[in-house]
Amino acid sequence: MENSVQFMELNGWEHFRDILEERRRSSDLSHALRSFNPQPYKGMQPRSSSALNRTVLESQYLRYVIQQMSAENGEPSEVIREEAAGILEEMSQNLQLGFIRFLGFTLSKVFKRLFRRIHVNDEGLQRLQQAIQEYPVVLMPNHRSYVDFLVLSYILFTYDISIPVIAAGIPLMGMKLVGEIFRRSGAFFIRRAIGADKLYWAVLSEYVRTIVRTGYAPIEFYVEGLRSRSLKSLTPKLGMMHMVIEPFFKGEVYDISLVPISISYDRVLEESLLAHELLGVPKPKESTMGLLKARKVLNEDYGTMHVCFGHPVSVRELAKGKIDRRQYNLVPRDLPVRPSEDCQAFVNTTAHTIVHLQEENMVLSPWSLMATILMQNLEGMDWDSLARQTQWLKELALGFGAHLDWPGHMPCSEVMSSSLSLHRSVARCEAGRVLLVEEEPQGTGSPEEGVFRKAVTVLMCASYRNQALHVFVRPAVLAVAMRTAASSRREDIFTCFRFLQEVFSNEFIFIPGRGGEDFEEACSLLKKCGAVQIMDQDITVMEGGHSTMAFLRAILEPYVEAYQVVFRYLCDESSPVFTEKEFVPAVRSHALKLMLSGALESYDVLSSDTQKNVLTALLRLDAVTKSRRAEKMEFRVNKAVINRIGDTLAGRITPPTASHSRL
Amino acid sequence: MASNCNSSERQRIAQQRLKIIAGHLQKDDDREPPRILANDCKAEASDRNSSRTSTMPKRRQEIMKWNGWGYSDSRFLFNKKGQAEFTGKRYRLSGMILPSLKDWFEGTFGASLQHKTPATPVLNSRDVQPPTLNEAFIQDLKPTGIPFSHEAEDRVFRAHGHCLHEIFALREGRFGRVPDLVVWPSCHNDVVKIVELACKHNVCLIPYGGGTSVSSALECPPEETRSIVSLDTSQMNRILWIDEKNLTAHVEAGIIGQDLERALNESGYCTGHEPDSMEFSSLGGWVATRASGMKKNIYGNIEDLVVHIKMVTPRGVIEKSCQGPRMSTGPDIHHFILGSEGTLGVITEVTMKIRPVPEYQKYGSVVFPSFEQGVACLREVAKQRCAPASIRLMDNAQFQFGHALKPQVSSIFTSFLDGLKKFYITKFKGFDPHRLCVATLLFEGDRERVLQHEKQVYDIAAKFGGLAAGEDNGQRGYMLTFVIAYLRDLGMDYYVIGESFETSVPWDRVLDLCRNVKERIVRECKEKGVQFPPLSTCRVTQTYDAGACVYFYFAFNYRGLGDPVHVYEQVEHAAREEILANGGSLSHHHGVGKLRKQWMQESISNVGMGMLKSVKDYVDPDNIFGNRNLL
Repeated sequence: MENSVQFMELNGWEHFRDILEERRRSSDLSHALRSFNPQPYKGMQPRSSSALNRTVLESQYLRYVIQQMSAENGEPSEVIREEAAGILEEMSQNLQLGFIRFLGFTLSKVFKRLFRRIHVNDEGLQRLQQAIQEYPVVLMPNHRSYVDFLVLSYILFTYDISIPVIAAGIPLMGMKLVGEIFRRSGAFFIRRAIGADKLYWAVLSEYVRTIVRTGYAPIEFYVEGLRSRSLKSLTPKLGMMHMVIEPFFKGEVYDISLVPISISYDRVLEESLLAHELLGVPKPKESTMGLLKARKVLNEDYGTMHVCFGHPVSVRELAKGKIDRRQYNLVPRDLPVRPSEDCQAFVNTTAHTIVHLQEENMVLSPWSLMATILMQNLEGMDWDSLARQTQWLKELALGFGAHLDWPGHMPCSEVMSSSLSLHRSVARCEAGRVLLVEEEPQGTGSPEEGVFRKAVTVLMCASYRNQALHVFVRPAVLAVAMRTAASSRREDIFTCFRFLQEVFSNEFIFIPGRGGEDFEEACSLLKKCGAVQIMDQDITVMEGGHSTMAFLRAILEPYVEAYQVVFRYLCDESSPVFTEKEFVPAVRSHALKLMLSGALESYDVLSSDTQKNVLTALLRLDAVTKSRRAEKMEFRVNKAVINRIGDTLAGRITPPTASHSRL
Repeated sequence: MASNCNSSERQRIAQQRLKIIAGHLQKDDDREPPRILANDCKAEASDRNSSRTSTMPKRRQEIMKWNGWGYSDSRFLFNKKGQAEFTGKRYRLSGMILPSLKDWFEGTFGASLQHKTPATPVLNSRDVQPPTLNEAFIQDLKPTGIPFSHEAEDRVFRAHGHCLHEIFALREGRFGRVPDLVVWPSCHNDVVKIVELACKHNVCLIPYGGGTSVSSALECPPEETRSIVSLDTSQMNRILWIDEKNLTAHVEAGIIGQDLERALNESGYCTGHEPDSMEFSSLGGWVATRASGMKKNIYGNIEDLVVHIKMVTPRGVIEKSCQGPRMSTGPDIHHFILGSEGTLGVITEVTMKIRPVPEYQKYGSVVFPSFEQGVACLREVAKQRCAPASIRLMDNAQFQFGHALKPQVSSIFTSFLDGLKKFYITKFKGFDPHRLCVATLLFEGDRERVLQHEKQVYDIAAKFGGLAAGEDNGQRGYMLTFVIAYLRDLGMDYYVIGESFETSVPWDRVLDLCRNVKERIVRECKEKGVQFPPLSTCRVTQTYDAGACVYFYFAFNYRGLGDPVHVYEQVEHAAREEILANGGSLSHHHGVGKLRKQWMQESISNVGMGMLKSVKDYVDPDNIFGNRNLL
């Protein structure tokens, strides 16, 4: 475009362009009304959204399912079909260009107020434009804020690229007017907790598959399933992933392009809301009124936002040698059958791969690094010390391959103080000392409330640290493994490394089956930064590497501590059988007690995300078993196994080599 | 049974039918058809040296190309003006100028008339390795009076089929392992003698019919150390009898398709079996590969047509004791023979069904706005079981290709009409010329029924947006079938190589398979360093109750490639993998040969392989029929 538009380049990586710059210079109205002629998928069979619904409803697959259900519960199939039509109506999108234009106009205004810049990588969009013409495309952004949903369609509209249809949660639909606007902007709505509703699954999956199969439009969904409240990548959900990939398994499309999209915020609009949610204060139900009340966020500065469109990933390439498509040769492809194990494993690996790619393309703000340091100094620290350590961390992060948005033309101290002022809701510098901000006391001022008030800020700060976690997590796991391993022998360390990966695989994203590569990567990064040396079969800490290793261990430490707290609680305090509803508040109050008594320093254990992750990990490790009783899920504790895991984590016993073959 | 009146009527129809065949096949028909003889081989022995007039002489080199497709006198070339023309007098296209072929050729392949890759002009006998002769075998063969030869030319002709790599090597004057000896039995008993001697002296026998194989079936296994004898069946070409009461004919298996059809037509009959190779392929070859004919909708495929088969194996002769139309006598032994690809013995005589020559024949064509709609129409036609004798659906690329082969029109009026039609279809009806596709049709039967049938099919087509596009388009489509093989030779003169391959697939996967295989070809070419986009096109050539036969054409310009044949083979391999992954079969009618052997096990299961192997082990324990096809 115009020469005046500035490009920003991150360490010779991608070129970013600020799309708001042009918006500030020219008319938003003419932007919204510009001619919009995206190049569609070459195999697209154009059809209206109602024709799409008809195709779904008349599909052989749904007919099979309806027949089956009718045979099972004796309901006439016409009734079930009506029900299916109702579900489809509730679900389906109604993408209309007019509403995209309306949204485009509104968002131009809103974004200009909220953000200083929206940086978008041009080449990524060019690649996307190419990919869309070739094969059906799945847009897979990470999910950190409600803004994600809007900003992508806005960018694509700006770049003359096909507007996607987007999987959204039903609560959004509940907002009367807004729900309809979203629907017409391409959103389709999915109920949470579909559970065992067979018909709902059938309608949803056929709807999604039909969109992919016919190349109706690019489809967008959040593989993490939810907005991450901790700003850390979530373990991917597999249902939707399977639906979008299945047309490839069955040969209904030649290939599918998965496009990981990494959205990074300097500052997240919902930061305090998210922290409250993690602490168990329920988030307000999405309503139009709620949205209007949220107007006060419009008066704040949220800095820069980066949207990086990653390289399209070919499902065909990924599936080479892993999926035998002939498995569908002997049954009708429309027949509802359980996916084979190799398909399930492939979907799982693919979902993890995409989240991993999202992480790799995140753009870190200086504040993320500062928050990482602050999280290791919760009692506050000298500005100079923070500045020095942040600079040190900056070099380490760059060495580990992080993409950092660190303005090169400004002195470092200025960069940091401007970051701090942007985040004055979290931390402030007073008399040369940086301290976390505490919320104004509102209630009784009891000690419990004090802990919670502090916890809100800590978790907010933690969430910015979490944005950088993926950069350090593999070396950090290695650092802890070297501490707990029985010897400095490579294989002993590797065994511990694998054990830690297994325990924390819900906490951090590790691609299944790539434990060996992760280990190699961690070794080579630590070697590169001079922290360890690898001689023959021994890995040892270098003379000058102790501080780096201590820092890395401290990254993982809050998680280790949090897990141990839950383990102890389950073994010593909890009743041997409990429900999920009981679990979270019980752990929370237990942790609170420990904190008040000074026996626990980590605030992470107060986060309901962490608590749930521990439970999932224990289930996976067969330390807890789940069973259904009277419509409720019950958990049963196996103390011996939990004790063993806890002891291994603490380095008191060595992990068995065979137990983590799954990684 | 047949009254005089009837038979004269039949004669008249036969004459008309002959004209039609001559029309789409041969320009003029000045050769004598093979005689119908009821006497057996012994009586023949006396006139062994008297000339038998059939289309295929013992010395094929007299009329056939040694390094390309078909007759020596018929070929495409670009004349001095840069216009394409087709030489010779045999075909309707012969002697005609094809004004748009050059542009299509250069545009499609990025080829240029400046960049030539001419073939070695003559077969140099010195480049052929000397024969490994089994003297004892020859000593015993001589007294039988069965003609044989070890001349280099005779041997080279029988060392190959028409796979790309085979023809490419010949054009470069490269010869691999070739048969050491060629024998020409003239009857069943001759074959019995040859097989006996082969067993006695442990020589390897490879039956040779029309030589049109595209599965490397005729290639001599390079690891074969015994003397290899090519058993050329071309002289066993008589119709031994016609049974008008049961409508069957008993025919020697070496007869080639056009001769069989012509001779039967003389008596007012036809088999109706018309594979695309029928000018050159033989009855025995059809049985040995499970051939399929274009008009199978009326007449059936070869397995539906045969009533009785006689085959000579190392264990002796296998045949059934009667000609009952269907039997429940255990697994049908015919099915060990059908598709045995020369691994078990030599098929010598076949009794097959014949039909009276149809009274009326009509071509037709339908234009569809898209391939998807075309396939939907074919599926509906199959569902209603009202497929005409032939119905084929070409994709857009083949439609364009068909247009490039339009001969120069003599009258301005025709081209004006063409223009009008094109305008009507693309402008008025809103068809996108880059998406539309065309189905060609052939109806046969009595006049009234044909017209009725035609209406039924066009009505169905209309439901899928199909528009009748005239008889000419249809007829040209079928004519192209016969000349398309000649076109490959033209391409090979200008850096373009290609081939066709086929599969069969259930209806619901036809579109997916077509799209994915075409796309795979394009992708693989790119990955393998092909500099120009390939021609990757398909057509649906047969419809069945439960699926269809799909034919792919694939060709590319290989300038800049070091080993084009290897690249070609890699791409074809990938395309076959894609076919199998999409629920397609290993082959619909080309057979397995050695080209597709590697996929046999997964295609028919381990037990299936074991069954076939145990039959082979029993019938031919010493691997006399050692072409190593199939297993």
